[in-house]
Amino acid sequence: MSVRSTITTQFQQVAKEQDRSLAPLSDDLKLVQSGLDSLSFAIIVARLEDSLGIDPFNAAAAVEFPVTFGDFVRLYEDFTK
Amino acid sequence: MTPGSLWESITAAGVPPGRLHGVRTAVDLADLAHRTSLGGRLGELEGKSVLLLIRDQLAAALTMLELDGVARRMVLCPPDLTAQHLPGVRRDAAADAIVRDAHGLQAAAADVPLCISAGTELTPMPAARRAAHPTEWILLTSGTTGAPKLVEHSLASLTSALAGQPRPAPGSVVWSTFYDIRRYGGLQIFLRAVHCGSLVLSEPAEPVADFLGRAAAAGVTHISGTPSHWRGAIMSGAAATIDPQYVRLSGEIADQAVLDALRAAYPRAIAAHAFASTEAGVAFEVRDGLAGLPAGLIGAPGPVELKLADETLHIRSAGTARRYLGEGVEALRAPDGFVDTGDRLEERAGRYYFMGRRGGVINVGGLKVHPEEVEAVINAHPWVRMSLVRARRNAITGAVVTAEVVLAEAGAGARPAAEALTRELTERCRRALAPHKVPAMIRIVPALEVSAAGKLVRPLA
Repeated sequence: MSVRSTITTQFQQVAKEQDRSLAPLSDDLKLVQSGLDSLSFAIIVARLEDSLGIDPFNAAAAVEFPVTFGDFVRLYEDFTK
Repeated sequence: MTPGSLWESITAAGVPPGRLHGVRTAVDLADLAHRTSLGGRLGELEGKSVLLLIRDQLAAALTMLELDGVARRMVLCPPDLTAQHLPGVRRDAAADAIVRDAHGLQAAAADVPLCISAGTELTPMPAARRAAHPTEWILLTSGTTGAPKLVEHSLASLTSALAGQPRPAPGSVVWSTFYDIRRYGGLQIFLRAVHCGSLVLSEPAEPVADFLGRAAAAGVTHISGTPSHWRGAIMSGAAATIDPQYVRLSGEIADQAVLDALRAAYPRAIAAHAFASTEAGVAFEVRDGLAGLPAGLIGAPGPVELKLADETLHIRSAGTARRYLGEGVEALRAPDGFVDTGDRLEERAGRYYFMGRRGGVINVGGLKVHPEEVEAVINAHPWVRMSLVRARRNAITGAVVTAEVVLAEAGAGARPAAEALTRELTERCRRALAPHKVPAMIRIVPALEVSAAGKLVRPLA
């Protein structure tokens, strides 16, 4: 599975578990408008660390906090390059 | 009011210039000199132990301003206090009166002798306030079983961090905070704000961008929240709505990433991270933009003394709480006056860094989780022999909760598949616990380490 599809699956899975209605995921969707709260994002980041083996937020280098879904995917894609 | 009450203190230098901004309406502090939010019934609360069961933060703020010096005791119930825990709070506080708003827990008032409505509408005060009591301020903090513990402060202990600090020019400061003002971090901001300016209150259901928009419209100059609040603000894309002079982080470990992100977002602001706890009070503030604290702060003489014992931070100052309320509770302070914060520090190259909490207490976005409470829910499943709940570091909320579960050799019916079982356990937790306490991940493991004393070995977070 590609990084993008792994991330998409996690967004959908966590939204379902947290009883939240997820907005259609497009690159310019603002995370704050995705329907998820910060606890949902925390769970997504933790599970992505398990499935992708990386946590770009916890890296030694400074990261830009993502604002859109596209930013979020890029952060992981850049990290796996 | 008698010298020493909150109202007396904020009016000592004349008419207070500030304003309290709620989500729907605002109130000028000066209006409280002759008007009341309690429908003329404040006098009935004299000398009482009063539960504040108020959802609306503005109504709660007005009640605190009016009640200090009048009530014997006021118990600041946070809006997420559940009906299940309310009877214990009433008992421990020996409450004989309630002030509540339309949203406050309704059933709670059924058999309380005196129940008064709070609100944000001011009406003329029928008689001058008679303030004769040094009111005890009771804050709630989470306990191991999930039931809250009641922590006794006084106005003097709550405002000790303000003593000796230069007061800003009246009206020059507009504070805001992501916190609820019934929690220690938010209460500190409320007390600071009413002494020197205005305050923009938050509202849990309000989107971050709208809250920051209100803060900007009120001209916010100083604003505080947890690192999780600030990460949320930055990720909302709306951080640039405000242009503060001072940004404060507390309630969780501030890591370098969030400090750097705030410096980038607010280049002209001072970004300070502070350490405070409900029991230990305000301990220190670090303004150099770096995570951790300079080693020199530990053991330095001054009004707030910090010491390390067993790698854990202990604090002694005029700002510590006095005691826990209730029967058979433990001592809050050691005989020498120090309060054990339970927060572990480690020294690296002349700086101390927070390493999480002793006893495994997990901090999820500023909310405490006691592993034992979550384990009790998981262990109630017939196929579970034992479980270990612990923190996992997380960049969004500081930590998330994870669980490792050992299955029983035999249970009810056929042995469930691992996936079905973890799903079932997650469902159980979701039904029984607040969302931040539900494990983000549950793993089935063959065994967990048990010490020679027969206790589950809790790895340090």
